[in-house]
Amino acid sequence: MWQKIKVAFHKLGSPAYFYGFSGRLLPWLWIAFGGLAAWGLYQALFVVPPDYQQGDSYRILFIHVPSAWQAMMTYVTMSVLAVITLVWRIRIAEIMAMVSAPIGAAFTLICLTTGALWGKPTWGTYWAWDARLTSMLVLLFIYLGIMGLYAAFEDRRKGARVASVLILVGLVNIPIIHFSVEWWTTLHQGATIRLFGESTMDPSMIEPLIYMTIATKVLYAALLLMRSRTELADQDRRRAWVRQRVAGSTARG
Amino acid sequence: MMRALVALIGRDLKLAFRRGGETLMPLFFLFAVIILVPLGVGPEPNLLASLAPGMIWIAALLSALLALDGLFRSDYEDGSLEQWLLSPWPLAVLAATRLFSHWIITGIPVIIVSPLAAQMLYLPAEALPVLVLSLLLGTPILSLLGGLAASLTLGTNRGSVMLSILVFPLFVPVLIFATGAVSAAADGMDPGADLGLLSALLVLALTLVPIGTAAALRLNLE
Repeated sequence: MWQKIKVAFHKLGSPAYFYGFSGRLLPWLWIAFGGLAAWGLYQALFVVPPDYQQGDSYRILFIHVPSAWQAMMTYVTMSVLAVITLVWRIRIAEIMAMVSAPIGAAFTLICLTTGALWGKPTWGTYWAWDARLTSMLVLLFIYLGIMGLYAAFEDRRKGARVASVLILVGLVNIPIIHFSVEWWTTLHQGATIRLFGESTMDPSMIEPLIYMTIATKVLYAALLLMRSRTELADQDRRRAWVRQRVAGSTARG
Repeated sequence: MMRALVALIGRDLKLAFRRGGETLMPLFFLFAVIILVPLGVGPEPNLLASLAPGMIWIAALLSALLALDGLFRSDYEDGSLEQWLLSPWPLAVLAATRLFSHWIITGIPVIIVSPLAAQMLYLPAEALPVLVLSLLLGTPILSLLGGLAASLTLGTNRGSVMLSILVFPLFVPVLIFATGAVSAAADGMDPGADLGLLSALLVLALTLVPIGTAAALRLNLE
């Protein structure tokens, strides 16, 4: 059994196998994302009652909070991939770490934009120089720095390794974002949802939030595989396996 | 080992002083900012006093940035860095030594002239020791993080643009804690918490940055 898992894992390191495997997995991920997001959004927009203080404006939470979590989780995932890149130099991990950066930047941008739109009716301002907002903005610039550094190298494999060092340097920011609402008393509210102990959020709001959170995780997985396949095919465009596939698909289509 | 490191610092300082102009550039830059700000926002003493910690720190930060691009580049191009790799001393220690000379060249002059800059911006006298202390703790972090970014961008052909993009998010916490300490002291409050966090950052940077810089140099020399 263990042997089988190990063989399956090592097979995934082969570009051609990974390309085929992820291609078969992708439609299922998109279906899962569509279903979860549709159900979560329906619940969030039509089923859950309005907040007694904020009215309907709080509903943006169902986009804001999952994308904020995903922005941080993408960074942690990317850091694990960066360690694999630097220690074992697995090429698929390199590519997955590098394509994670634009996805993470997009989630960070969604989080900041929805936060600004939510801030206007509730706080009376789009932006505040609050610890959590500022550290999230720094996260966006770290993501952009990683993308820029990777793009600045002629040799993409070398670029991926150097950018991996930067990813690990930027990891310092993640606990700062996470604990910023507890360490400093600032405008952004403290955590209301707890894994352990009682959440200070109404139970009826939690269910759609869980659906939306799982949906963003699936979305990340789908985008990650899609971008990795494109990047892989682009890097290997002169190799035989890509040529075969491209020739094969044109012959068939 | 000590002799090798002293020789390395001596060489860096000698090169910097013989070039003359380049050593004075950070200072000129600092004063350009300090002089332009009152002309830009008006010479109102209260306003300038409240801006002073931030302005002096931003000027220090930008002048640290000036000399960064050349930190490893000429040694990279003429092959001296490969000799570093071959030498019996650990690469991290050699890199840390280079960053130390960068701090001597860009950090110390800023610390020496900071009382003058503080006077020009009407910083309250009781905040001055805290300003100098914050610069003493903070400018080495700037040199360390800047050196790390310089080593990362070494192999790229548009290094200097990338460098400022990489360095700016890394400098944010230093700026926040340092100016927080100086502003607290200017308002008559205890700057201890911010200075403590700044010292923690310095210890963290001192222990981890040389290792990261060595790793980045090694990757770029492959």
